Amino acid sequence: MSPTPRRPLLRPATLVIYVALGFFALLTLIPFLWMICAAVKSKEDFFTSQFLPRGDGFLGVAWDHLNLHQFRRLFTELPVPRALLNSIFLASVGSILATLFSAMGGYGLSKFRFRGGKTLSSIILGTVVLPGALLLGPRFETLFHLGLVDSYLGIFLPAMAPAFGLYLFRQAMINSVPADILESARIDGCGEFRIFFQIVLPIVRPMISAYLIISFIAIWNDYITPQIMLQTPERQPLSVAIFSLKGLYADDYSLIMAGTLVSIAPVMLLFFLLQREFISGLTSGAVKG
Amino acid sequence: MKNSRLHSPWTPWLFLAPFLLSFGAFFAWPAIRSLMLSFEQTFGPKTTAFVGLTNFRYMLHDPFFWTAVGNTVVFTLAAVLVQVPVALALALLLNRSDLRGRRVFRMIFFAPSIVGVAFVAIIYSLILEKRTGFINGSLHSLFPAWDPDFPWLEHYVMPSLILAQAWLSAGFYMVYFLAALQHVPGELVDAAEIDGAGPWQRFRHVTLPEIRPVLNLILLLVVVGSLQIFELPYLLYNETNGNGPENKALSIVTYLYQTGFRSGDLGYASAIGWLLTLVLVGFALVQRRLTQKEEL
Repeated sequence: MSPTPRRPLLRPATLVIYVALGFFALLTLIPFLWMICAAVKSKEDFFTSQFLPRGDGFLGVAWDHLNLHQFRRLFTELPVPRALLNSIFLASVGSILATLFSAMGGYGLSKFRFRGGKTLSSIILGTVVLPGALLLGPRFETLFHLGLVDSYLGIFLPAMAPAFGLYLFRQAMINSVPADILESARIDGCGEFRIFFQIVLPIVRPMISAYLIISFIAIWNDYITPQIMLQTPERQPLSVAIFSLKGLYADDYSLIMAGTLVSIAPVMLLFFLLQREFISGLTSGAVKG
Repeated sequence: MKNSRLHSPWTPWLFLAPFLLSFGAFFAWPAIRSLMLSFEQTFGPKTTAFVGLTNFRYMLHDPFFWTAVGNTVVFTLAAVLVQVPVALALALLLNRSDLRGRRVFRMIFFAPSIVGVAFVAIIYSLILEKRTGFINGSLHSLFPAWDPDFPWLEHYVMPSLILAQAWLSAGFYMVYFLAALQHVPGELVDAAEIDGAGPWQRFRHVTLPEIRPVLNLILLLVVVGSLQIFELPYLLYNETNGNGPENKALSIVTYLYQTGFRSGDLGYASAIGWLLTLVLVGFALVQRRLTQKEEL
């Protein structure tokens, strides 16, 4: 028997695990690193170096070659500031609406028993198998008849009914909101909306922050919906704006990478700050714990 | 839960109303409308005719449709064979309480899932670019004989798509595996170890049965998601409207989108979409049958 069965600092097996993890981490990070380096390089250095240009500076890198020229171009010559504001506006308002109405819907479906409630749940959850592109044409038609094509309402109104959000809140409320609390609040004469906002929502607060981030990132990253529903270029978010930038400035690699970096960075930051809520929200419906 | 007499029968509907209005107008109605359209032929705006099953019959002999089916099936098989094992392997590597930097690794692996498909397409089209891309650049500096003009995107359409998709979503599925692994009782694994089970046997006979429900869920998500692959090939091969060289990037949903929005034949596009829906529902039902049998 070995004297220290469980606590040697670095067993060979552990070393193998770290090497494997490091390898995969590097593979995952390379596209990010490459993008960041490309965004701060000059055009000449882009063609001669993979990551950072070599030189006499610290760590053998020509630091003085790096510049923020592309970012300056994005924000002064190109309509990127407007697209950034559009993305922030669409994703903030859209995620608040999606979260509020799926929380309300999930409450209606989980804490009341009424005719057709089960069927309604199955119909709503059943629509997740429909390919999104199948609904785009008829949805465009509907928005057209309502006069909402090329308006932000045309993005917000469909965002109010996310089946996944309804499912998450329904599950969260089934598990964590006790029926007798609601009953005693009613006996005390508490109004239905006060019960919802002051008793139910605080209980499912972790799910609220999780779903706010999930839907914010989903709307931020959506390309095809704004591409079809918004036609005026000034109204389009970063996903559409930066992708068309790639078409217009095809060989301006540094500019395109800087634009992509600007588009990814805000949601990355949000994720770094709130990753625990985000991941637990995503997995809560799938893993019983 | 007993039905309460303390609230009006209208109360649940009050809470459901905003969701249901939006759902009805932008999900349920478009679904019904597309089903109706699938039996019609559209010759431009406002000129449609009921044609019965003609759209579906046309599909059988449409070479583009079958090219799209072939590409999509290959992509789906590859997605299952690449993403699921990688995601599970990463989760197994991370699933040790004594691991240092575990949260950092988890964050790194998950980070690509935060990147929108449009941005993934931009990054990978530059990485795989001929002279200036990262892959050719690195290969050329490691092996000077390597041709820096090697056209990855043109010659290796499917591998390019699989690579970009694996980078994008392996970490996403890893998170689900990791959550499932953390619920595997440690005593079970320890008991198996004491009984002399090796690492593979412990995985095969203890861990795997415990995470089986999540594995089944991931398989369902990967297959259903991959059969609907659209934005990645459409944007990575945007110069050819998502066809790619010799239509090698054309997927079922890309074809649906092209027929509906480029050719204006919403009828045929809807027929394609509903046939795909039937396949997806069929797959989900068969999988549920099989997993229920497993659990008995």
